[in-house]
Amino acid sequence: MAETDSGARAAPPAQRLAAHRVWVTLLTSRLRAQMTYRTSFAVDLLGNLGIALLEFTELWVIFANVKALGGLSFAQTAVVFAFANIAFSLADLVVGHVDTLPRYIRAGTLDAFLLRPASVLGQLITSDVSPKRITRTLGAVAVLVVAVAHLDIEWTPVRVWALITVPVFGTAIFAALFVTAAALQFWLVDGAEVTNAFTYGGAYVASYPASLYQRVVRTFFTFVAPATFTAYLPALVIFGLPGPVGLPAWLGLLTPVMAAVAWAGAVGLWRLGIRHYTGAGS
Amino acid sequence: MSLALPWPVAWQLIRGGFRRHSAYRAAALAGALTNTVFGAIKASITLGALASAGGRLAGYDAKSAMTYVWLTQALIAPVSLFVWNEVSDRVRSGDIAVDLSRPVNVQLSYLCADLGRAAFEFLPRGLPPLLVGWASTGVHIPARPLVWAAGAAGLVLGVLVSFACRFLMNVTAFWLMEIRGVQTLYLVASNIFCGLLIPVHWFPGWLRTVANATPFPSILQTPVDLISGRYSGAAAAHALLTQSLWLLAMLTAGQVALARGSRVLVVQGG
Amino acid sequence: MTEPIISTHGLTRRFARTTGRGRSRARETVTAVDGLTLRIEPGESIGYIGANGAGKSTTIKMLTGILTPTAGSVRVCGLDPVRQRKELARHIGVVFGQRSQLWWDLPLRDSFEILAAIHRLAPKQSSDRLSELSERLQLGEFLNAPVRQLSLGQRMRAEVAAALLHRPRIVILDEPTIGLDVVSKERLRQFLASERTDHGTTLLLTTHDMGDIERLCERVIVVDRGRCVHDGALADLAALVQTERILVVDLAQPHAPITDIPTARVVGCDQTGVRQTFAFSPSDTTAAEVLAAVSARAEVRDLAIEEPTIESIVRRLYEGQTR
Repeated sequence: MAETDSGARAAPPAQRLAAHRVWVTLLTSRLRAQMTYRTSFAVDLLGNLGIALLEFTELWVIFANVKALGGLSFAQTAVVFAFANIAFSLADLVVGHVDTLPRYIRAGTLDAFLLRPASVLGQLITSDVSPKRITRTLGAVAVLVVAVAHLDIEWTPVRVWALITVPVFGTAIFAALFVTAAALQFWLVDGAEVTNAFTYGGAYVASYPASLYQRVVRTFFTFVAPATFTAYLPALVIFGLPGPVGLPAWLGLLTPVMAAVAWAGAVGLWRLGIRHYTGAGS
Repeated sequence: MSLALPWPVAWQLIRGGFRRHSAYRAAALAGALTNTVFGAIKASITLGALASAGGRLAGYDAKSAMTYVWLTQALIAPVSLFVWNEVSDRVRSGDIAVDLSRPVNVQLSYLCADLGRAAFEFLPRGLPPLLVGWASTGVHIPARPLVWAAGAAGLVLGVLVSFACRFLMNVTAFWLMEIRGVQTLYLVASNIFCGLLIPVHWFPGWLRTVANATPFPSILQTPVDLISGRYSGAAAAHALLTQSLWLLAMLTAGQVALARGSRVLVVQGG
Repeated sequence: MTEPIISTHGLTRRFARTTGRGRSRARETVTAVDGLTLRIEPGESIGYIGANGAGKSTTIKMLTGILTPTAGSVRVCGLDPVRQRKELARHIGVVFGQRSQLWWDLPLRDSFEILAAIHRLAPKQSSDRLSELSERLQLGEFLNAPVRQLSLGQRMRAEVAAALLHRPRIVILDEPTIGLDVVSKERLRQFLASERTDHGTTLLLTTHDMGDIERLCERVIVVDRGRCVHDGALADLAALVQTERILVVDLAQPHAPITDIPTARVVGCDQTGVRQTFAFSPSDTTAAEVLAAVSARAEVRDLAIEEPTIESIVRRLYEGQTR
């Protein structure tokens, strides 16, 4: 097999770049491209702040009429809302573009990814990034700070841990949902919009107390598309409240586990999707 | 630039818009499914709010609130509360010059195509959420011919007002070139004030005044109110008149902006 | 005996396709590649030609691991393309004439930087290679321009450089000269020829341009409806092709089809009778003789001698096989 040995051409392993350098290079190149158009970037930042405002107005108008929603006060609901929005907007910032996979397929970009010696999912994720969405995250952080300040919470170590880690694992969960959506689109193609039901729909569900939902909706968004793990369940832990029937509050401690499970599922489905794509052709 | 649009041309354009969108049947069904899931979530939140308020809120009881939820979900697509940049793209590429050189009215041509689109989307994107709503929480539409007539007129006016607003926004591309920011802000404002997320009637007084000073309630809130029979008699006539006035104002503004903008185009030698 | 760099045996790919609409909808199976058996040695230069839809792209996709074969086997660089796709990607470079693999909104130099990172080239290695490619493809003048601002010719040179940055053992080019002007075409051909001489790179290219084949390929494989209908030296193909040439004349006055020239036959005549197309065999006569014969019968205003197209060659080969 001497002829097929690449040793004569490729650099020896010691001289090769470390794997993570590939992704750093790809991501920084995207950021550089985004920053070329400063004015439109500034307007986009403003627009995303507007989206944060829009989402919060809905909640605020409801509480202009009522004192409690699904057993939570305005400040408590605002914490749930803020957790969900921080996690979703960060996930959207990093991987929100992956559910436009059919566009990548049509443009031949996916074939180009397949022809390179790097993970296709990694290339897809780093092929775009939307720093403009950071204002939406910041808006949600502001809501969180104000809401927590209005609440009288006894800060135990577990609660502090939940407050700090939930946005991180929540982001991971929503990112996994986006990747799952992308993987499903290998089969859907023309009906790609269906996946919005559990990506954007998941964000909507996560922003409100899950005690409001009918059992089937609640179960789906807890154990299939685990949106309630990003906000409501860990919030119950922080407030020291029991959950509704079928959703005990201790589930809120399992957010990191759920994030790992969601990613395992997403990556598995993605691999099947790639196999389907290379099998069925484009 | 022509101001006229002969009827046979209009009819062809409407049919064209219908056919163009009927090519995307899978997409329409996917959209309908998404609208339905969002409807189920919105229904839960709305019922929760009603329960906290003691069963009645700003004239809505459970029955009328659920009718509102599912009607708004069914009508999102026909009245198109989405990003639309067909015209601004043509302005940016200069292709709008081709449109302007045709002996028909540019704005009304796009309006006809949009009517065709709305006509196609009405059933595949509207019916699934309505059926699911009817089966799950109930949807109540009064069986009175006058309500149906007013509702139909209100819906058509809603589609037209939505188009007139989006067209006006697209035409700003003559001056701004990049209208993505304007698009986002438009989307935010229209989504709040048209009553998509929360009925305009639930707004605190001052915010309701702000909303009613915009054309947005005429796009969705008013058609839904008319179809669900919230208004009758003089009130219904008043609602339809308000919609018509907004339509006239927005179409005129769009026409004037297009005329001015096409002069910008000539000056730039585009 | 050396191991072939590309070998396929009975390579077959079928697609299920839906045809018709509504009630007349039916599923049918289309065989895009049908039992293809090939053996390509390292350093060979292959023209892979056929009409549109003959199965060229499908073959390339199977060779590069983007598509799984329905039946048969394929080895490239001793690897199984689909199962060892990433490993194989280090040894092959692919250029799709109509699809870009560059980052359109970044300066060209950045695209090379990213690709160097993806292929994990050491900085010294990639900068040496880039300056070599840049010099030979004359990229210097636009290395700092964003890709979207490049002309088609500049972009194609950049695409080729991008595919060759990691010194692949095989370069696969799908329509590399499509849409290019004569000068750009020639520059690209020269470069590919010298790259092959200097590094022993194996070339496989699909094209509709006979010039590409004549300048670059020693061996030509012709496919039609997924089957190999010709596999041999360029000279063999040239002999086949030269069996017929085409002369198009525009007459000053409409004229009935001129059918009475013994050494040429009318293969086309437009409705007015002004433009008439003749086919003749170079072994029987010359273009000048045919032209003289036409001129004797009607006044000729304009003329053109057409190169045989890939499609016509394939058609002839195919007719020869089935007859």
